[in-house]
Amino acid sequence: MSALLASEVNVAQNVGFYIIAALMVYGALRVVSTRNVVHAALWLVVVLGGVAAQYILAAAEFVAVSQVMVYIGAVMVLFLFGIMLTRATIGAESDLNNRGWGIGIPVAALLLAVMVWAIIDEFGSSIIEEPAQPMPTTALSDVFLREGLVPFLALSFVLLAAAIGAIVLARKD
Amino acid sequence: MMLAASASTGWFLENAFLIPLIPAIGFAIIIGFGRRLPKGGSEVGIASMALSLAIAIGATVQWIQRVGSVDEGSGEHALGGVFGFARSVFPTATEGGHGGEAYVEPVIRSWTWWQSGGLEFGLGQHIDGLAVMLLLLVAFISLLVQIFSTEYVAGDRRYTHFFAALTLFSAGMLVMVLAENMIQLILGWEIMGLCSFMLIGHWWEEEANSRAALKAFFTVRVGDMGLLVGTAVIFFGANQWAVENGSNGFSIQAISGWAMSGEASTSVLFWGAVALFIACIGKSGQFPLHTWLPDAMAGPTPVSSLLHSSTMVVAGVFLVARLYPVFYTGFDIGGTNVNLIAVIGAITIVIAAALAFVQNDIKKVLAYSTVSQLGYMMLGLGVGAWLPAVFHIFTHAFFKCCLFLAAGSISHSGSHHSFDMKKDMGGLWRKMPITAGSWMISTAALCGVPFFSGFFSKDEIIDNAHNNGYTFFYYVGLVGAAMTAAYMTRATYLTFFGTARGAAAGEHHDEHEAHDTAAHHDDHDADHGAHGADHHDDHHGAHAGPHESPWRITAPLVILAALAIGSGYLNAPAVGTHYFTDWVEPRGAAVELDGYASDEGHSEALGLAALPRAEEGYSEGCGYTDPSPGTVCYAPKLNHAEFSWGKAAPSIILVAFGIGISAWLSLGVFGGRRNPFVGLTRRFAPARWIHTLLVRKYFLDDLYERVIVRSVAHPISKAAYWVNQNILDGVVNGVGKSGRSAGDWVYRNVDQRVVDGAVKASGVVASESGHALQPIQSGRVNQYGALLFGAATVGAILLILLNI
Amino acid sequence: MYAANFLLLGAVLFSIGVFGVIARRNAVMVLMSIELILNAVNINLIAFALMNDSAEGHVFALYVIAVAAAEVGVGLAMVLMIYRNRRSIALDELSEMRG
Repeated sequence: MSALLASEVNVAQNVGFYIIAALMVYGALRVVSTRNVVHAALWLVVVLGGVAAQYILAAAEFVAVSQVMVYIGAVMVLFLFGIMLTRATIGAESDLNNRGWGIGIPVAALLLAVMVWAIIDEFGSSIIEEPAQPMPTTALSDVFLREGLVPFLALSFVLLAAAIGAIVLARKD
Repeated sequence: MMLAASASTGWFLENAFLIPLIPAIGFAIIIGFGRRLPKGGSEVGIASMALSLAIAIGATVQWIQRVGSVDEGSGEHALGGVFGFARSVFPTATEGGHGGEAYVEPVIRSWTWWQSGGLEFGLGQHIDGLAVMLLLLVAFISLLVQIFSTEYVAGDRRYTHFFAALTLFSAGMLVMVLAENMIQLILGWEIMGLCSFMLIGHWWEEEANSRAALKAFFTVRVGDMGLLVGTAVIFFGANQWAVENGSNGFSIQAISGWAMSGEASTSVLFWGAVALFIACIGKSGQFPLHTWLPDAMAGPTPVSSLLHSSTMVVAGVFLVARLYPVFYTGFDIGGTNVNLIAVIGAITIVIAAALAFVQNDIKKVLAYSTVSQLGYMMLGLGVGAWLPAVFHIFTHAFFKCCLFLAAGSISHSGSHHSFDMKKDMGGLWRKMPITAGSWMISTAALCGVPFFSGFFSKDEIIDNAHNNGYTFFYYVGLVGAAMTAAYMTRATYLTFFGTARGAAAGEHHDEHEAHDTAAHHDDHDADHGAHGADHHDDHHGAHAGPHESPWRITAPLVILAALAIGSGYLNAPAVGTHYFTDWVEPRGAAVELDGYASDEGHSEALGLAALPRAEEGYSEGCGYTDPSPGTVCYAPKLNHAEFSWGKAAPSIILVAFGIGISAWLSLGVFGGRRNPFVGLTRRFAPARWIHTLLVRKYFLDDLYERVIVRSVAHPISKAAYWVNQNILDGVVNGVGKSGRSAGDWVYRNVDQRVVDGAVKASGVVASESGHALQPIQSGRVNQYGALLFGAATVGAILLILLNI
Repeated sequence: MYAANFLLLGAVLFSIGVFGVIARRNAVMVLMSIELILNAVNINLIAFALMNDSAEGHVFALYVIAVAAAEVGVGLAMVLMIYRNRRSIALDELSEMRG
């Protein structure tokens, strides 16, 4: 095990991973605990950016770029619009949590425990080989336009329907 | 003998794809800008059809040159010899060997527009004799119909849309005709289906019209399922063979080659052919699904004319002719003397002809006559008479289009928008000589009177049925010919002779029957300036009795009447012409595979050089023996019956007999002469029964609407009602009765003492647990979320535990 | 790199997201928590793709991103409508479905 560690684990990469992961976990905790809606949105940006960074570490560059463009570029703007349009107070709010928010802690903890146990049990000692190169985008397009064509088209319809649905719902009439 | 006869080609052949493209663009222009154009878009439609026609003519000329160059190249004939010798008459080695038998490579071009998983979907052209012939026909008839329409629907409120739909309709047919693969064929087929719906329902304000449009659409759709299934079946059967030969299973040429290769599975071919033929039944109005065609008369007359002559209904026949190798081998047309196509065609001929006798609406007579003639075409294809059947498409298009336009002319100018022969016509020939003359010529052609075009095509079908051993169908064809002659004589008499009745005599009725309300919208108002259709009544006073139609109506009539005579001489064995055979028929000669899918390839005929033509037919060659390795057949070798007046005599006599009997009966029944047949249906019960059967169209519509459609909804609801009334009520009542008596006893003994306590206790438990669970149903999203994830956690734990 | 790293990170983010969905009162915050959950799933997908050296995981992650975008669009439109009708987006006041 130690031999494996020495030869096959890229220390620098692991260190980078841990730093980003710590930032993400902290950001995520702030998202669900802050008393300011706008701050929550900004912390969410940190988490999503961290996810994109992790994608790059995992050799998924195309997905990382998509993550930045779609989430940080589009989804976050939507969230900020939503916050503004619903006239949330910019400052701290006292009642962002439910009365029964405490039940979330045991449920989340239990879930986490089960997952951690399962993961450690199954993947505890396995090591991912360093990929020689990032996943080429052509490989993705091959999947998208061959086996994944039908879901791809279906997804286009989902997006279209969502766009129309959002317009219909949000329209003042 | 020269090898590798190189076939000539040319700009028009290479760019034949423009023929449907131009009307398609024209359609877009009409839809987009038609209303702003000075003539409401009709000029765009006419111009695009004229341009298409010009290219089609160019392609035709170059195709004829191509055929000539191939025949010349194969060394059997000097230039011009192709046209001069009578191949079917002198089947000797010197002249009839295989000169003119070399396969003429079609001009195939394909552009891939979609590629998925190694499968290419192309869009292109497959130009051979059949395609060229139909391109010319469709472009020509469409042009004439559009010119006719400018007068006929002048002032209509949807004038622009009418021309847009008409143009797209022609474009759809043209796309289908030059389809290179099945996908493109389906595309054109469906465009036509959609446009026929729009055109038949053009005056959709009348409920009858929109019903007719829906009926046409749905009935054809029933058949269209067959097209999709058949295409899929054929694709999966043919794809492997096709890919090995550098194509794919959608390519029409590859399918033809595969079907003739001898490697095709017989059952795949059979079921594929059956499925495709169901599509043809729907589209071409063959027997069980013919009911939509007469109803489609609800559309404007130019639409009926276009629909019935060269487009739409011909599509089904065209599909069979196009994929003839599939049907030929699938149904073993060369080897049996009965098959599905011939049977359906024969049934259609007879029943449709019989129905035409009892119609009073002139357009319905023509509609049933179309159905019957389509039956002839199918019969021809079914008995192996490919060329006569295709020739019948050609000649039929002219005379049927002419008949419909003549009917339109009569209603436009002669009978005051009525199509009822008994009420509003009669004696019109003096008033409308041009219309009457062209009608008579076309009728003669339709009946198969010698030296008119119908004779040369229809008689060939009948003759070939006999020649190919389909004896029974030969007699059916003869009977059909006599019936055709008879009902057309009746219609002609009612329309043009005898005494003038109703509107033809200058009367106007104020109330219009349901069938001629459709004609309300044809705007006669053109004569009086373009009012809207709603002002129809304005010109009642101005209407000056029957008169001849203006030139925009009569000019197409005259042209078509001339063609109703002349077109037959392209292939009239009686006078020794057979241009049509040379130019159109795909030659059943084996082709070297190298030349596959390339028009520059070798078209040399192999292994057929010295085959004597046996009296009973071929014994070798495409369609009889499998092509030798390295060669491929794209068409079966077909027999051609030799024409002789002796063999034509029965049909001529029967036609004359039909005309004579019918004229005598018509004079008797309608002309008021003393005649034993007057009132026959009143006095003689079986005659009455037959009359009723025919008037009710064999009860087929009733079958479809009352039985088949309702059999889905009606019996289910009825059964449900019965179950409800008898079983459920019975059970409930029975339970109720026995329950009450049992209940009395139980009440006294058990209930009061034992159960009461238990019920009370359980009630308390339920109430309490309900109260206990009530907080869960809080209506709060967060709580539901907590429960959801909590339950998911529990589920995950269970799964993990079970796995371990 | 340890395979468990990514998966554990995903698990932690997922649990935090679950807590957010349960605890938060503001509808927009709940939507944000759902985004956390979706991103946790995506990290797992990418990790599995890395382990198996296949492109399918990436494709699925992209599908999830697209669906999430659609979900946020519709979700925020609904939130807006709720706000317009009730002048509040507090979820615990939305209890018409109470049993």
